Amino acid sequence: MLKVDRKVLRYSLSVSVTVGLYGIAFGAASVAAGFSVLQSCLFSLLTFTGASQFAAVGVVASGGTAAAAISAATLLGTRNALYGMQMAPLLKNRGLNKLIAAHITIDESTGVALSQVEFGNASMRQGFWLTGVGVFVFWNLFTLLGALGAKQLGTPASWGLDAGVPAAFLGLLWLRLTSNFLRYVAATAMIFTVLVTPWLPSGLPIISATAVAIAFGWTDRRSEQ
Amino acid sequence: MWAVLILTSVLALATKLAGHYIPGRWLSNPRLQRINALIPIALLSALVVAESVTNKTKLVIDHRLAGVAVALVALFAKMPFPVVVISAVTTSALIYHLH
Repeated sequence: MLKVDRKVLRYSLSVSVTVGLYGIAFGAASVAAGFSVLQSCLFSLLTFTGASQFAAVGVVASGGTAAAAISAATLLGTRNALYGMQMAPLLKNRGLNKLIAAHITIDESTGVALSQVEFGNASMRQGFWLTGVGVFVFWNLFTLLGALGAKQLGTPASWGLDAGVPAAFLGLLWLRLTSNFLRYVAATAMIFTVLVTPWLPSGLPIISATAVAIAFGWTDRRSEQ
Repeated sequence: MWAVLILTSVLALATKLAGHYIPGRWLSNPRLQRINALIPIALLSALVVAESVTNKTKLVIDHRLAGVAVALVALFAKMPFPVVVISAVTTSALIYHLH
């Protein structure tokens, strides 16, 4: 970590700023769901995994129970465990550093680290730390801005904020739909959610969509990357 | 609200830490990996639907769906993320006020 590779630094920064911008959408969504500005900022500081944060406030906004919000967020975060398994042997951290490394183990830090694989372990480690810390800084900064902005605006619906949340989800989903099979899974999950909504307590349709992931992952080999 | 914030945060960190401490071979089961890769897609899809056409346990078509439809068009047109969200927000607000 003594010498910072400028190429890695530039790449990490651009990822950090771009992803950080999603923080505005999160801050606004969180306040629109009824969380305070302080709570919204604590989400980004302490939970620090975007999709899970969006899920937690999204379930609360749609009238779901706390248990439904927490379980949807936690299920969305399970991929971070897989990232940690890939990163731990590379980082070889101990104690407090290991705790910090775990906290910044997210899509982006893992993604940038893996993108540096041809440049060796040192570049991968730099990519991980620079991106993890960079996203942390910008994500939290923009969460605060989004939360403050939404608070100034008042009623979410009159400013269209209630459509901004599903639009942000759609944007996050869009990035992941890299094959026809994945688009098929997404469409099935959407239809499934529409069908079960009238029959389940609110919040549960979202978690029960996990069944779609299990059904497709169980039987179909096309989901292998 | 605080319970959601605190438990979500604790479980998120526990999940991340578990990854750093559990040896990778434990989760090398391909079926488990396939399911894990599909979970974000299924949940995000469900969230899009829940947030755009449901209110509690009812299906509702209103200004939100119009906003999301415009967001979809923006995504097809390869617009950057802020444009996608802002176009959805603007459309939804316009229809909310015209209605």
